Amino acid sequence: MTRTNIALLVLIACVATLPLFGDAYALRLGTMACMYAIFALSWNIVGGFAGYPSFATAAFFGLGAYTTGILMNKGVPLPLSLLGSLVLCLLLAAALGAVLLRLRGHYFAIASLSLVEVFRELVNNATDLTGGGMGLNIPLVSGSSVLSDATFFFYAMWGLLLITAIVVIAVSMSKLGFGLNCIRQNETASNMVGLNSTLYKAIAFGLSACFVGAAGGLYAAWVHYIDPSDVFDILYSVKPIVMALMGGLGSPLGVVCGAFVYLGLEEVVWRNYIQIHSGVLGVLIILLLLFLPHGLVSLHAGKIWRGLTGRKAKHV
Amino acid sequence: MTDLLEVNGVTKRFGGLTAVKNASFTLKKGEFTGILGPNGAGKTTLFNILTGFMQPTTGTIHFNGELVRELAPYKVVNRGMARTFQLTRPFVGMNLLENVLVACMSPRASEDKDKEARASYLLAQVGLGGRDKEPVETLPYGDLRRLEIARALATRPDLLLLDEPFAGLGSSEIEQLAQLIRRLHREENLTILLIEHKLREFMALVSRVIAMNFGEIIAVGPPEEIVKNEKVIEAYIGKTEEAHASA
Repeated sequence: MTRTNIALLVLIACVATLPLFGDAYALRLGTMACMYAIFALSWNIVGGFAGYPSFATAAFFGLGAYTTGILMNKGVPLPLSLLGSLVLCLLLAAALGAVLLRLRGHYFAIASLSLVEVFRELVNNATDLTGGGMGLNIPLVSGSSVLSDATFFFYAMWGLLLITAIVVIAVSMSKLGFGLNCIRQNETASNMVGLNSTLYKAIAFGLSACFVGAAGGLYAAWVHYIDPSDVFDILYSVKPIVMALMGGLGSPLGVVCGAFVYLGLEEVVWRNYIQIHSGVLGVLIILLLLFLPHGLVSLHAGKIWRGLTGRKAKHV
Repeated sequence: MTDLLEVNGVTKRFGGLTAVKNASFTLKKGEFTGILGPNGAGKTTLFNILTGFMQPTTGTIHFNGELVRELAPYKVVNRGMARTFQLTRPFVGMNLLENVLVACMSPRASEDKDKEARASYLLAQVGLGGRDKEPVETLPYGDLRRLEIARALATRPDLLLLDEPFAGLGSSEIEQLAQLIRRLHREENLTILLIEHKLREFMALVSRVIAMNFGEIIAVGPPEEIVKNEKVIEAYIGKTEEAHASA
């Protein structure tokens, strides 16, 4: 296990201590931070490791949310509903991936983006099952108070983040990760050394979708009400890419840091510049990407010291 | 000797252009055959068809007695046919060992328990020994060619297809690479199919020549016959003045 992977697990462990210090608002932010980190880590499997720019995150987030919502309305307990969301997203994404991932570059990006619209329309029109445009109410899983409810969902999302991180680390160190790296480098050469690139990419797409789907399920149970325009919001597809670019493409630690920094920026900007928050956030992201093209993960203590003082950092 | 590769009536059309026209030939196990022809003769297109990167418009390809016409490239490799490319395609950002290790992951190499040792051995075989951890970006062009051959060998092929291995190399590099290819053929008992249009180096290596021009096979035979073949001379040099006068 590399130092950056150990650092990632330590960072996630530190996040778990949030309920010791925070109120319900801090826990809400913590839950969102974990959810964003799941998005970024999941996207990193197909976007960072395999080099395929997927815009399908929102599609599987929404699908997971609706699957959990429907199952819970039919009396299935939350853990089993989440498992249902995870398995459905895994299988559906792997099957779709085997077809869509034959496209490359911009073509794949557009095809994956269209999945969001396709799923949204399907949900919108399946009114008997999903409630259509009216949305879907989800039974409460709550504890006795607002704080205990917030704590429960924080730890549930944190647990899912931990599982996602472990899987992503395992993938990065496995034959699958090695193969995906080769596919990103040169797909033709990968085929010519006997790698079944379609299978590798389909597995990657499936894995990238399943945890997003489970996060969608948790989100649905957390907010108790979902509608197509909320859970199939295209921003859920764009944000993970921005987070990954901010943190450092291909690095699990980097993308999680990117997710946390992005949420921090989003919250601060929203609070202070509510009228123009999108514009301000956009400018900040562009500045970050301009000055840190390789993401936050490229920052070292020595670099920061040199930047602040204009002197060379001494090696001790 | 049994037929390892059997190509029957292979044609490839791109719209109105016929890149390969009714190509038929066989390769026997252990043979060293070369495909000769000027630029645009259809040599690389034929290679792409053999290795599954293109589907022929018509015709069949049998490899080890199995029809491989419809197979994807990775399946062709896993049946025992490996190739190198005219333009080298290393995995950038990886070292030499990792570049060869990728190919050691193929199903045909599953018998290799210590894959790192196998990859290291292959690097030594092609003259890149002791440089396992060297980043691929630092390699000169000639060494990239060697790396490509090592990577192809890692898939444990029965047939090795070399696409213009001498392109872009200096005379000393060509000589060294030719010696390496000759040694691999002899020691590993490999069947090799080579594309080249550098006549001198080509003729010194192969035992049989398939000459192509404008997508057609115009002659098949040993090198000493092919160099005297009028159609081959015409393809390379053009018609002589007397031929023009009598035409």
